[in-house]
Amino acid sequence: MRETMAVEAILKGTVIDHVPTGQGLNILSLIQKRDPQAQITVGLNLPSKGNGKKDIIKVEGWLFSQHDAGEMALYAPTATVNVIDNYAVVKKFKIELPDQFVGLFACPNSNCISHTEPVASRFSVSQTHNAEANTHKVRLQCHFCERTFSDSLFK
Amino acid sequence: MPNPLYQKDIVSIRDLNQTELELIIQLASIIKAQPVSPYLSNKVIASCFFEASTRTRLSFETAVQRLQGSLIGFSDSANTSTQKGETLTDSINMISSYADAIIMRHPKEGAARLAAEVATVPVINGGDGANQHPSQTLLDLFSIAECQGRLTDLKVAFVGDLKYGRTVHSLAQALSLFNPTFYFIAPEALKMPSYLEQDLAEKGISYQYLSSLEEGVEQVDILYMTRVQKERFDPTEYMHIASKYILTKAMLKGAKPNMRVLHPLPRVDEIHPDVDSSEHAYYFQQAENGVYARQALLALVMNEHIKELDNA
Ligand SMILES: [Zn+2]
Repeated sequence: MRETMAVEAILKGTVIDHVPTGQGLNILSLIQKRDPQAQITVGLNLPSKGNGKKDIIKVEGWLFSQHDAGEMALYAPTATVNVIDNYAVVKKFKIELPDQFVGLFACPNSNCISHTEPVASRFSVSQTHNAEANTHKVRLQCHFCERTFSDSLFK
Repeated sequence: MPNPLYQKDIVSIRDLNQTELELIIQLASIIKAQPVSPYLSNKVIASCFFEASTRTRLSFETAVQRLQGSLIGFSDSANTSTQKGETLTDSINMISSYADAIIMRHPKEGAARLAAEVATVPVINGGDGANQHPSQTLLDLFSIAECQGRLTDLKVAFVGDLKYGRTVHSLAQALSLFNPTFYFIAPEALKMPSYLEQDLAEKGISYQYLSSLEEGVEQVDILYMTRVQKERFDPTEYMHIASKYILTKAMLKGAKPNMRVLHPLPRVDEIHPDVDSSEHAYYFQQAENGVYARQALLALVMNEHIKELDNA
């Protein structure tokens, strides 16, 4: 019951639900990077269905697009996004990895030109799914230095 | 015949498709066989070496001169405004207003990609840090095509430092377009990076690791040797490892007649000098091919039509 209220007690904005615990603050900092003035409420280690726990983030006034949410996919691949207008959920979708991350993470390669020039970092995203092992691998390749990194380096 | 490389940036070997690679190789062999039109006359080529690399620079500059282009530029960044803190973006902006093309080398990875996005003229990467060095790969491909008569369906062994060796990475990627079979012969610590193995697997390229150099010699058409750098190991470990990856003439006994040994040079001790007199040695011809490959590349980037290709 409390959860429902937490989601709906917002006039207009976005609620990111089912964020894996421990990732709430990372998501928060990504949102702040995009809009330093954003009004944000963060809930950490809230009870989730069953025995699990989750983080929740509410952003007032900002109606997230699929693209906005994609930028959070590395941290919260299982999250759902609820876009709320006039206290009602007007749109609900799963976070999905975008094809590219622009300006979000610094390249882990310290000798990459992107660190010393006036350019936004840029990574192309690829995913491989191994059905047998049921593992899901995300790789990011820097547009500039062409190095490929596993997503764990960015989390 | 329309030329798909006209005004194209040459940043990474991965930017070139099979047709484009074949075109460069075809023109390189024409250039090697006979004098060609002065394809860079009336062209100013900037040779910008933000990091010294005498071999690569001389090879490129010779290629420009042989095609009668004019050169401007610098051979290291010590006395340039970069040294005073100017960004690469600003330097390239300025240089691209002077020159018709920019050949550049830079110590940072991704520098050529960035320059290509900033410049209004084609940028040719002469090496960006540990990343790409496409003209090296072009001369490797040209040499392979020349000594085997083809690029398709070849068995190629890579020996030595497969982890850090960017010539190996680029050549493996380029050859992947020609249905090769790869053999990797390397110390455990210097195996191919896993993302490249994954790339090959995704493209359906067959590859395997061999435990000894001898085993590779007997199976392959091309033996591509690289240097195992001393710095990466402690001295005794290095002695042990390096000795396993040194090619001697005696090891070539079981090789196929068409087998050729390549090496990006300079070598230290990974190919014994007694191999030099073997019919299998091809690394000196390979080094000579550098200028032809770069001439072909420059001619194609700077000219929409190449007469010699129309007649070929
Ligand atoms: Zn990078």
